[in-house]
Amino acid sequence: MDWWRKIYAALKNADVRQVVYVPDAGHAELIDACIEDNEIISIALTTEEEGVAVLAGAWLGGQRGALLMQSSGVGNCINMFGLMQTCRFPLATFVTMRGQWQEFNPWQMPMGQGTDRALSAMNVNVETADNAKDVGKKSEAVLHSAFIGNQMTALLLHQSLMPKKSFGK
Amino acid sequence: MNLSSRARTYVLRRREVAKRISEVGGNQLLVVTGLGSTNWDFTAAGDRDLIFPMWGAMGGAVPVGLGLALAQPKNRVLVATGDGEMLMGLGSLATVAVQEPANLTIVVFDNEHYGETGMQISATADKADIAAIGTGCGIRSAVTINNDRELEQALPELFESPGPSLWVIKVCAESLDFVLPPKDGAFLKDRFRRALLGEGRML
Repeated sequence: MDWWRKIYAALKNADVRQVVYVPDAGHAELIDACIEDNEIISIALTTEEEGVAVLAGAWLGGQRGALLMQSSGVGNCINMFGLMQTCRFPLATFVTMRGQWQEFNPWQMPMGQGTDRALSAMNVNVETADNAKDVGKKSEAVLHSAFIGNQMTALLLHQSLMPKKSFGK
Repeated sequence: MNLSSRARTYVLRRREVAKRISEVGGNQLLVVTGLGSTNWDFTAAGDRDLIFPMWGAMGGAVPVGLGLALAQPKNRVLVATGDGEMLMGLGSLATVAVQEPANLTIVVFDNEHYGETGMQISATADKADIAAIGTGCGIRSAVTINNDRELEQALPELFESPGPSLWVIKVCAESLDFVLPPKDGAFLKDRFRRALLGEGRML
């Protein structure tokens, strides 16, 4: 099974009803699956921090949500993570990594290399999957941590899982 | 203090506007208020469990309201925030327009200044027109409200017309006393959820 299908299955099992995202090639199939799912409201964001706030609102209204983004987006979220921590909102996020493994674009390097530390600085728990066979159980663990443990937890999806982007070179 | 002359002449007073919106909105209206003065305005109008006042997360009031409105399609959601807070999250107006939550009303109290930090002028003092930005984003109904007549005309729409709607209410630039809601975030979240979802959802 493709690794993204395991994330989708975990989202469904956890009764996630709002999936918020800034599009990313690594998440493309998962985003399409969520858009086609009538039980999930899929929300394209203009910036990832918006998504963090949308998930806070969803929780206020009794729904579970998840944020899909790439590593650059983590930097956009920093102050909004403070909202989640102060109010003890759960947060589940799935982060496709850039700047980590056979990266073509040097502009992706700084935030990719700082992603883990940026999350840790804001007290977001970090899990990493660098093997497709681990994605399912780690996705379940992240969602459990968020909605049962009331934590902020991220799953970093290693760049070696993604199709290589070479800009036609 | 560097008050622009225009904003001192606006006839609508923010505390009175918040009181009027609260009267019309009633006790079941779900309210999210943005950091700063709109928190104090709606607390002065009457703090209650179904108001979620944000003491931080600047730029986050509209997206919090969006997530809530989508989760609670049968209840009306009001986001009330200031021009400075709205300017930090303008992109969220495009996100709202795409989602088209029929139960969401966004109210911007636009005094053209950053009230909490020394009344520095904001971009709306000279250039930025938030209602026009909302229209440009594709918000169904985005209007600027300048006086009591226009406010009274808009108020019934809070429940009658489908959203999303955006009211930019030009209010007098004035420094008022603080009227503070509780500030513990976990408490504010939990009281809101308990009032809306019931005791069982707290487990």
